[in-house]
Amino acid sequence: MSFLSTLFPAYAEIFLLVMVSAILIVDLFLTNPNKTVTYALVQLTLLGCSMITVSTHQHGVVYLFHNMFVDDLMSDVLKMLSYLSVSMMLVYSRNYLMVRGLFTGEFMALTLFALLGMMVMISASHFLTLYLGLELLSLSLYAMVALQRDSAIATEAAMKYFILGALASGLLLYGMSMFYGATGTLEVAAVSDAITHGVPNKALLVFGLVFVVSGLAFKLGAVPFHMWVPDVYHGAPTAMTMLIGTAPKLAAFAFVMRILVEGLQPLMVHWSGMLVILAVLSIAVGNITAIAQTNLKRMLAYSTISHMGFLLLGVLSGGIDGYGAAMFYAAVYVLMSLGGFGMIMLLSREGFEADTLNDYKGLNQRSPWLAFVMLLLMFSMAGVPPMVGFYAKFSVLSAVVNAGHIPLAVIAVLFSLIGAFYYLRIVKLMYFDAPESHVPISIQPDSGLLISMNGLAVLALGIMPGTFMSVCAVAVQQSLLLH
Amino acid sequence: MSNMQNLYLLVPMAPLVGAIAAGLFGNMLGRTWTHRITILMVAVSFLASLRIFQDVLDGHTFNGTVYQWMTSGDTRFEVGFLIDRLSVMMMLVVTFVSLMVHIYTIGYMRDDPGYQRFFSYISLFTFSMLMLVMANNFMQLFFGWEAVGLVSYLLIGFWYTRETAIYANLKAFLVNRVGDFGFLLGIGLVLMVFGTLDYAAVFATAQNHAHDMAPIPGVSWNLMTAICILLFIGAMGKSAQFPLHVWLPDSMEGPTPISALIHAATMVTAGIFMVARMSPLFELSDTALSFVMIIGAITALFMGFLGIIQNDIKRVVAYSTLSQLGYMTVALGASAYSVAVFHLMTHAFFKALLFLAAGSVIIAMHHDQDIRNMGGLKKYMPITWITSLIGSLALIGTPFLSGFYSKDSIIEAVGLSHLPGSGFAYFAVVAGVFVTAFYSFRMYFLVFHGEERFGKAHHAAHDAHDDAHAQHDEHHGLAPGQKPHETPWVVWLPLVLLAIPSVLIGYVTIDPVLFGGFFRDAIYVAEHHQAMAELKGKFHGAAAMALHGLATLPFWLALGGVATAWFFYMKRPDIPAAIKQRFSLVYAILERKYGFDEFNDWFFAGGARDASRFLWQFSDVKLIDGLMVNGSARLVGMFSGVLRRLQSGYIYHYAFAMLIGVFVLLTIRTWFE
Repeated sequence: MSFLSTLFPAYAEIFLLVMVSAILIVDLFLTNPNKTVTYALVQLTLLGCSMITVSTHQHGVVYLFHNMFVDDLMSDVLKMLSYLSVSMMLVYSRNYLMVRGLFTGEFMALTLFALLGMMVMISASHFLTLYLGLELLSLSLYAMVALQRDSAIATEAAMKYFILGALASGLLLYGMSMFYGATGTLEVAAVSDAITHGVPNKALLVFGLVFVVSGLAFKLGAVPFHMWVPDVYHGAPTAMTMLIGTAPKLAAFAFVMRILVEGLQPLMVHWSGMLVILAVLSIAVGNITAIAQTNLKRMLAYSTISHMGFLLLGVLSGGIDGYGAAMFYAAVYVLMSLGGFGMIMLLSREGFEADTLNDYKGLNQRSPWLAFVMLLLMFSMAGVPPMVGFYAKFSVLSAVVNAGHIPLAVIAVLFSLIGAFYYLRIVKLMYFDAPESHVPISIQPDSGLLISMNGLAVLALGIMPGTFMSVCAVAVQQSLLLH
Repeated sequence: MSNMQNLYLLVPMAPLVGAIAAGLFGNMLGRTWTHRITILMVAVSFLASLRIFQDVLDGHTFNGTVYQWMTSGDTRFEVGFLIDRLSVMMMLVVTFVSLMVHIYTIGYMRDDPGYQRFFSYISLFTFSMLMLVMANNFMQLFFGWEAVGLVSYLLIGFWYTRETAIYANLKAFLVNRVGDFGFLLGIGLVLMVFGTLDYAAVFATAQNHAHDMAPIPGVSWNLMTAICILLFIGAMGKSAQFPLHVWLPDSMEGPTPISALIHAATMVTAGIFMVARMSPLFELSDTALSFVMIIGAITALFMGFLGIIQNDIKRVVAYSTLSQLGYMTVALGASAYSVAVFHLMTHAFFKALLFLAAGSVIIAMHHDQDIRNMGGLKKYMPITWITSLIGSLALIGTPFLSGFYSKDSIIEAVGLSHLPGSGFAYFAVVAGVFVTAFYSFRMYFLVFHGEERFGKAHHAAHDAHDDAHAQHDEHHGLAPGQKPHETPWVVWLPLVLLAIPSVLIGYVTIDPVLFGGFFRDAIYVAEHHQAMAELKGKFHGAAAMALHGLATLPFWLALGGVATAWFFYMKRPDIPAAIKQRFSLVYAILERKYGFDEFNDWFFAGGARDASRFLWQFSDVKLIDGLMVNGSARLVGMFSGVLRRLQSGYIYHYAFAMLIGVFVLLTIRTWFE
């Protein structure tokens, strides 16, 4: 009994694992093609996880499993956001997948396994757990992209994702092995200590660092490790794209924080230089290439790349300000992406994907409210005040300026300005062009309500960003001070 | 204490709730529920203000933050309340007049299709005005300042299908932008010098900067003079002071209830309130005070002249408002802030009364506003008649009525001021008494007494200023033989309720407000500005002041004005026509309002159009659009096409890109080792 009670920081993960296994088996005995029971079970599992995470939260930092697993405020906040994001993704995609015959028990089990992987990444304090979580997440995602197995474009996307992902994992593992060689440990905190006390072979560390950063950059989709992003976003069914594009970015942020900030803080001069290159390239290539896209999913893919550049800018500025801004940015990005991909699924129907820009022409005439919500989302992504996307960019840029990288801030602003073009183009298409089709839009009540709330949240958080910003700052501050 | 803080919050929030309910759910609620809810909310706000008033009288003032909006560097932007005697008095005036106007609107707007929208606007106005007066920092002041301006814009153009209304609201908006530009510069200067926008913090250190120079390169102005004049330019826009007064007469295009609420009783007094609130700053600059006084004096006298020749019933009252705002401004310049605020309060009651009475007449006349088509209404509309008479008597300063106390105190205070310009100001306010009496009673006699001129088949062609909805063409004046009726109770009840304070409020409150130190710390007067102190020495009670008033020049001037009006318009109506003939030049100048509109149209509007055309056709189309915007867009588009081609779709290209990335990062890292 006492052993079980020492496991309390990992109760959420344990509960989730038990539930996924149960759902997998229960689902076999259910015949309803709509999977109502399975769906309800999954949502209940997410609710249960969030309740467990809240109730097992305690002040300070708790280590578990011989320092392989850590529970702190940052991990709890990120996990809560992940549950929310996955739950919203399921609401948005239920009807979309049902129409395509993809709303299966496997889909839901894989979603939950991916979530488990994210949670392990978020709470990892050891290179091995980090890697374990990453692989659990990635393998689930590869399978999900390939779930629509009779679609040539989806299987191609899955193949690309899998091969490049394996390459990236290889790079990451190789980097980790160099750290092990240099410091003799894989524990995040111990690595940090060892480097501070001096390592005989500094070059080995720097080599390791390059490989680890490359692996991270792949996960985030930063240039030049971004090539998979547009193809996968485009090829995968939109529901899978939404999953790939949202919650895992929170996990990737945690990954960056654990490895670079907590583990390799002493090497900050080295990695921040690399992140500058990755960030600038991402913002530039992402924003410029997005302009040439005619497919909304591809456009959002390039938009993601530029957003990840912004996130890296926050991280490389350092300090509570910078990390807090990066975390805020990640969360805001997830919220906006959920809305953006949600809109694509809401407007699509059987045999129609609603993923080209032309499908958005004259949306205002077909559904003024949806057009308005989309306008809020696009304005927010472009960084127009008072939408929350503005504050996210603003807080990152002010961290960058405070850290003394004024040219970086100028470049970021310039490319955001160029990027505003393709977001505003959507608004122009919706409001000023004539619709190409007049098929009535049928909206499920649950996802319709959710997208309204999603759009309004973008506005409301933008008007009152203070509370959530300080939550991010406090979470980052605690995890930095106490480790 | 937190109990009181909730009450403070309730005062502005209740009308906001009403505005949202009426604005977003008006169609669902229907007309009856819309006015019930908004009136209830304003009534709640008024009662809460009364409770706060009592609490403030017990000595509980409050200055604190309610919500921190954002921080930028070291500057905090907050929503906060400063509850002291000045703000609580404004809260009472605003909520009371607003409540009256809400009730009155039920009758006045009965047939209008925009009924719910109108209620939403006036409730929103009440919220904005309360935020303005309750502010404890410049940012919130500016928020309220702009919000009342916005609602004013919306309401002037309430009948948006009428071209004149659109012209008027655009004009009001543009003229106010000029004022707001100065205001914003003033606030910016405050932030730059003091590093904070908090009233208390600014006032506390203002003395230290009294002799500083303004941080504006190239000039050597005194800092306080620069700040105060800039802030006052804002007040000139909002309170319609010369030469930014041009928008107020045109604002009469809006429905009458808002002319009463916004363009007479409350919003236009925001500038007066703001200067009184900033007394610790204005007291540090005699130059700024002189400037204020002279602008006020010009407005007080010259706008009164224009009231004489107007034939539109609302425009007469509008010019009277301009002139009275001038009086308040003069008082501010004489450092008699408490007198200015006192006149603001009494004026709010009797001017709202006059406007609502004018509205009542307009309803009875079926939306004909030309006083030449009225006459003899006394018999048909007894309540409107008696309340109008009370309002007019209060306005011209009849002893014992409220207007007498405030206006006489202004004249006295100006007489005691020693600032440059006070001689002219004294002349202007004394001469203004005669003018005020003349135009007020000209209107009164033409409307309520004499021959019944209404109901003629052909009245003078309706000018564009009729207060009727464009769709209600049958509502242009009474048909032949038709008689006017007294208006329903929702219309006359507010008249009666406003008539009571118009009579009493001056007599009851002059002693405590002006001389009993009512405002205490809310208003600061420097040692060497002695007008108020000397005024106090001369004061021996309200009754004595009124009796003494009978023997002073202003009283006889007022009496003369009334008598002249009676003689000209009742006894010998041929004289005004003859004067108009003889002095056609003067008449023409007055008719064209000194030519300000023409000048503005020619110089500012025309000049701006010409400059814009040049900038548009050359700078914008050729340079910016052609070269810079489209040029850079083409460049970006080209890059975009190139980068797009990199995305070849071949997996080995992708893997190669990644390896190149690793290689580059490695090279750079090892290079710098």
